[in-house]
Amino acid sequence: MAYFLSTNIISSIGFTSEENFSALKNGVIGIKPVSEPSLYPEDFMAATINRAALKQKLISIQAAEIDFTFLERTMIYSIKQSLENTNVDPKSKSTLFIISTTKGNVDLLEKSKRHDVDPERVALWRMAEVISSFFGNPNKAICISNACISGVLALNTAAMYINADQYENIIVCGGDIISRFVVSGFMSFLSLSDEPCKPFDRDRNGLSLGEAAGTIILSKNPSASKQGIKFIGGATANDANHISGPSRTAEGSYIAIKKAMSEAGISPGQIDHISAHGTATPYNDEMESIAISRHNLQDAATNGIKGSVGHTLGAAGIIETAILLEEMRNNTLLKTSGYKNHGLSEQINISTENSVLELNTCLKMASGFGGSNAALIIQKI
Amino acid sequence: MGKLFINKYCHIKNNKVFLDGKLVFSDDEDHDMKPFLKSVYRFLKPSYNKFFKMDEISKLAYLCSEYLLQDFDLSAFNKDEIAIVLSNSYSTLITDQNHQNTIEVADNFFPSPSIFVYTLPNIMIGEIAIRHKINGENIFFIVENFDAGLLTDHINNLYLTRKAKVFIGGWVNMGPESYEAFLYLLSPSGQTGNNALEIEKIYNT
Repeated sequence: MAYFLSTNIISSIGFTSEENFSALKNGVIGIKPVSEPSLYPEDFMAATINRAALKQKLISIQAAEIDFTFLERTMIYSIKQSLENTNVDPKSKSTLFIISTTKGNVDLLEKSKRHDVDPERVALWRMAEVISSFFGNPNKAICISNACISGVLALNTAAMYINADQYENIIVCGGDIISRFVVSGFMSFLSLSDEPCKPFDRDRNGLSLGEAAGTIILSKNPSASKQGIKFIGGATANDANHISGPSRTAEGSYIAIKKAMSEAGISPGQIDHISAHGTATPYNDEMESIAISRHNLQDAATNGIKGSVGHTLGAAGIIETAILLEEMRNNTLLKTSGYKNHGLSEQINISTENSVLELNTCLKMASGFGGSNAALIIQKI
Repeated sequence: MGKLFINKYCHIKNNKVFLDGKLVFSDDEDHDMKPFLKSVYRFLKPSYNKFFKMDEISKLAYLCSEYLLQDFDLSAFNKDEIAIVLSNSYSTLITDQNHQNTIEVADNFFPSPSIFVYTLPNIMIGEIAIRHKINGENIFFIVENFDAGLLTDHINNLYLTRKAKVFIGGWVNMGPESYEAFLYLLSPSGQTGNNALEIEKIYNT
């Protein structure tokens, strides 16, 4: 069994999981107008990390300015934070690093920019290696790049390795930044909202991009788990329908949830709370409501945090699971930032207020381009 | 629970297609990769119009999967019992550069959704899944070199936790100067057992 040891989130609304949780509780919205022609010719909305504030903290990382890209430094800092107050030895052969990212250091492709690092670092495997080498880890870091399910898939993979007794501790770190590459791509899809995105809302009109790094450490040692929460099931599935649009019947998401529940050995009635993917695109949120409803999970309290921190791509599944762990530890259901009016064909239970709720067993959902879907289920020990 | 066996493998490299280690197609004219992939398509005649919308690396992955699955009856298995476990080194670098070229300078800025969507390596998995109606587990690993151990570990873990019974595993890579696709098919019946050494061996044949 894999147990949650510790977490960290570096996002637009805070630099620890606790800060992020409390900002979400207070309704802080990290998505703001960005005027930066080097990122996009016109103003756009995005949830960016406060680089000036983070810089002070990053100074602690050796040769911070020269040897690492901003993304690498942020991920390294996130891992350092999550290692504090644990007895996990990152140099140990029984510790593995799993890195989740969609585009990594893609900004290194920009010819017009001066780059301080070796352009080879645009290779995702190389970035993963640079991060695990910083900590002196002897194993080859595993790098997963599977669109917007990368983070959940990385956690599922970590749990599977621990269950197979291959490692004692696995450090799962996800990160992606706001780049010209990604902003222009989503803009060309006409999928970015012109205001902070509104997951599951009637008037939702697209997603907001965000940037973040997040870390979750999983361990096979239950007594080390200060979180008191374990991983009990996870799966992925493909819609086999369309490369850039979700299935109308939510086939892949339905299968991923079904298989995760089957591995966890639980029935839908045991799920107290769902942290959805909730991108606020019309099709994604509708699809998720169908997957939830097909499993008779309409009554389970459902929320999403992208209305505050944006869609953080390869970090999303990790930071959203870290927030889910905070909700469970505090028995607090968070409201869904941006959600006001019901706008789905299925009557699912989207949270509108923070509330006290006993949260024992929870489901995390994710979906992405390529028809990919993932689910994981966690439970209090 | 029984073992997994290697049922078939296909290797496309240096303008040649090898199926189970035997040469099945080669283009004698010293073609670049692009016309080579088209000639493989014409030779296979799959009449699959989605092919022409794909980027080059997805075409490569798709063609390799066509060879791999042409004589295999996937319908004997549930669609959600078939997993696709792929890897490469360059992710989608060639298409990333194509997208970057459309956004590099302000006075020549025309990003296109039909290019951008292919800047994710798991789109290859999506294309294979769509073609063969495969709903099972997916993962895309980015590694420096072909890593039979990583793929075998992941596949065995999925198999032992009963998340899939049939596996399409492999490596589809495309860089500035080279391309290579190597896919293999595993199922619970066959002759050659699945392990990292065997996979390494067939990769090197």
